[in-house]
Formats: sequence, structure tokens, C-alpha cells
Amino acid sequence: MTSPLFARLFKWTIFIMALTGAAQMPIFKRYYIADIPGLGWLADFYLTNKIHYIFGAVLMFMALYLLIMFILAGKKYFRLSSSGLLRVVLYGAVIGTGALRVIKNLHSVTFDPFTVMLIDWTHLGFAMLLGVAAMYAFFRGRKPYLEKGVGMRL
Amino acid sequence: MTDKKNGISRRNFLKGLGVASGAMLLPAREVAAAAGKSDEELCTLLDLSKCIACGECVSACREVNEPKFPKPKKPYPEMYPTSRVKVEDWSDRQEVDDRLTPYNWLYIQSTEVEYQGETHEVNIPRRCLHCRNAPCANLCPWGAAGKQKNGIVRINDDVCLGGAKCRTVCPWHIPQRQTGVGLYLRLMPNLAGNGVMYKCDRCYNRIDEGKLPACIEACPENVQTIGPRSEILKKAHELAEKNNWFIYGEEENGGTNTVYLSPVPFELLNKAVEKGPGKPGLSPVEDSMADEEKLAYAVGIAPFAGIAAGVIKAGKFLASAAGGKDND
Ligand code: SF4
Ligand code: SF4
Ligand code: SF4
Repeated sequence: MTSPLFARLFKWTIFIMALTGAAQMPIFKRYYIADIPGLGWLADFYLTNKIHYIFGAVLMFMALYLLIMFILAGKKYFRLSSSGLLRVVLYGAVIGTGALRVIKNLHSVTFDPFTVMLIDWTHLGFAMLLGVAAMYAFFRGRKPYLEKGVGMRL
Repeated sequence: MTDKKNGISRRNFLKGLGVASGAMLLPAREVAAAAGKSDEELCTLLDLSKCIACGECVSACREVNEPKFPKPKKPYPEMYPTSRVKVEDWSDRQEVDDRLTPYNWLYIQSTEVEYQGETHEVNIPRRCLHCRNAPCANLCPWGAAGKQKNGIVRINDDVCLGGAKCRTVCPWHIPQRQTGVGLYLRLMPNLAGNGVMYKCDRCYNRIDEGKLPACIEACPENVQTIGPRSEILKKAHELAEKNNWFIYGEEENGGTNTVYLSPVPFELLNKAVEKGPGKPGLSPVEDSMADEEKLAYAVGIAPFAGIAAGVIKAGKFLASAAGGKDND
């Protein structure tokens, strides 16, 4: 449904989001990954958080672009595979909880600590589930998102 | 505004929250309910000209908060990689009171500075400043640190895994770690986590009961006062103007709920005080979350931009499909 360039950009965005998201946990320093030359920035929580925000914006743009195109034009020609649907729902959950994280970090917003914990746990949990689903799709022979393609590109 | 309404002497704390003068005598629950009516964040003012370094506040903090202190059981599980992950054990050094530790959430930083031809001895009670947009709470990946509506920033010791990210991102590196306690012991103690982080919780439980934080109540010199932030700031500015004093904490890190007033400039104090692990400085601190605040706009606009782009592209596609043309 999209151009190869769009697909590549999408994959890179997901990769950067996964990497900078994982970097929010204090693991890259512990496990010497940030000691690898060129990867020191992975231990900088502020820097990786800002990159996560920037690519989060890119991801939201792409996700909504795809969703709207699918609803308005794609539905006639394509059907979501079940593994595709699962991943789309998980993307929605990760993006939604991620947006809540951005909101809770605003100066003017104070959620109560329990809500914050819920947001953080669901964001992390959905992201990990998405990772598992993506791995599964990859190792089971790159399950496509869409079925019955008619060879047409948007 | 009358002095009474400023609510800033410790006796007037509850009055400042809009409670009648007899409030101290009310049952705790009623006091708490009345205190809850103020929807402003609580802020403390520390008048450093008054502190004599008697240490009463430090002892009171330790005494009152002792039930919250870590009670680790040895031996601690091995943590990998052992070369990188160090045990931080304060359980045998609980008496240390000249720095912040998991067992000492408040200490007195004493120093002497020359200012305008005079030598000033300045004693500074140091603890968590309770930032208004606290990076420790915002950036905790695990939701263990959070800010309450009343401005208190707390680390939940039931949930904290002790990764110490809060200490790294805190401009003053306030929270302190104790290995061998907390949730990580029940998850993967060898591979992730390293205990629990501890710091001043502004005696949240006492505040909930309508009482003053222990350090404020114990101080014989009335160094600290607490009240709604706007009133505390008003008082701070009045005093600063009247005495040519200096303010720290109003703007630091985007604004904290701890405001220090000093007769000497904070740059001099910052140069003079002993700094290091558990011993924070007093340098000017930019808002740690300022860039995130700006980037949030991009995150806010992105979905709408995506929707607009999608509508345009789908419209083009449908038009060309209707026209029977291929579209690449
Ligand atoms: S001073 Fe440090 S620990 Fe305290 S609220 Fe601010 S960032 Fe958190
Ligand atoms: S407010 Fe309570 S926890 Fe914080 S330093 Fe004072 S006594 Fe200790
Ligand atoms: S009790 Fe008061 S005077 Fe004594 S050290 Fe603490 S703040 Fe200073």
C-alpha cells in the first residue's frame, strides 16, 4: 500500500523507537553496550528520551497517515491479516500510552502516582508484546500485514 | 495580604491552607480534609540566615521516618555483570549524617563565605527539593517515582527496582540507593535492578494527617516554613527585597517546591560547599524537561498532520482509480 521508501523509513523509525525506548531502562550501561565506541549516547537518558520524542512524532505521523489511507481507500482492495491486525492493535496501544507519557511529562500536567505507574507499565508491556509479535511474524516467514494485495501501490 | 494569611510561620501552616486557627486541635482527619481544599502545591521556604546547624531537623527526620528505612537481609544476591554492578549497602553505616544516604534524607551543609567584606557562616539543610516538573518522576521507566497533586515527589519503595536512573537525571543527584531490598529481589535479582532508591518524601503521611513535616516541627529557630507555593514565593520575595537576600529554587530546574533564602549569593555558596556523592551543589539549574516540553508540540501536531496527509493521498488515489489510471 506504500512506496518502498515509506516502508524503509517506517522500519527505521520503529528500530530507533525500540532502541531509544529500551535505553530508558538503565541497561545499556550495566551491560557495557554503551561502552562500545559510538554507542555511548545510549547511556544518556535525556538525549535518548528526546530522540524517542522526535521519532515518536514521526511514527504518529506515519501511523495516522497509513490508518486514514487504509480506511478511506485501502479497505476496498486489501484486508488486514490476523497477525497484521494484532500488530496494528498493539501499535495503537503503544502509541496511545506513549502519548499519555508525553502528556504526563508536561509542566502543566500532574497525574496521580498510580495513574503514572499504570501508564508506564502498559507502555512498557505493550511495547514488549509488540516486539514479541514482530519477532514471531519475522521468524514465521515475514507475515504480511495485508492480504489479497492487488499489486497496486498507493 | 496579612501575615496570618501568608500562613508561613510553622504555627500558621494550617491557617495558610485555609483552616481556622483552632485547626491544630481538630482531629487529624478533619485537618487533612481541610488541608486538601487548597489545590495549590505545597512549598517550603528555608531562611538560611536563621539556621544554626543544631541538627535537630536531621534527628527528627531520622526518628520519624525510621519505619520507612530499608531493612535488607544479607547475603545479597550476586548481580551480573559483577564488574559493573556494585552493591550499595548503607545498612552498616546508618549513623552517617554528613551526606544523603538511604538512612539520612536530610543533612546540614555548613560553610563560610566572604561577602562584602564580611564572613558569613551559612548552614544549609539539604534534601530533595521536590521539583515541580521532576525529571526523577517523569523519566522513571517503571512508574516508581511520582509527583502528588500537593507537590510532593515520592519514590514508591514497593515498586522501585533501584536502577538509580532517578539519581542520574536529578540535577542534584538526590535519591540514594540501598541494595538488597525491594521488588527486584522477586523478579530477576541477578540480571536487573539493584535495590530501592530513598529520599525525603516531605513526610507525606504526616501532611496527610494534617501534621507538619518532622524537620519543620523540630527546628528551634523556625528556619523552615511551609504553605501554598504562591504565598511562600511572595514571602520569599518580600524578605529578599527587604534584606538584599538571594533566592534559590524558584526557577531552578523549572521551579522547585523548596525555596532557599540566603544573605550571600548562591554562586559563592556553591563554590564554598563540599560537593560529591550525596552532597549536592547549588549551581544554577536549567529546566531539565524544557526540550521535552517543546518536542511535545511536535508529538501533538504529528497525528493531525498524518491524518491530513492521509486524506489528501487517499483522495488522489481514489480520483485516479476512478479515472482508471494506475497510480504509483
Ligand atoms: S530534587 Fe531530584 S529527586 Fe528531588 S524531585 Fe527534583 S529531580 Fe527528583
Ligand atoms: S520533610 Fe520529612 S522526610 Fe523530608 S527532610 Fe523533612 S523530616 Fe525528612
Ligand atoms: S533544626 Fe533548624 S536550626 Fe537546627 S539544623 Fe535544622 S534547620 Fe538548622
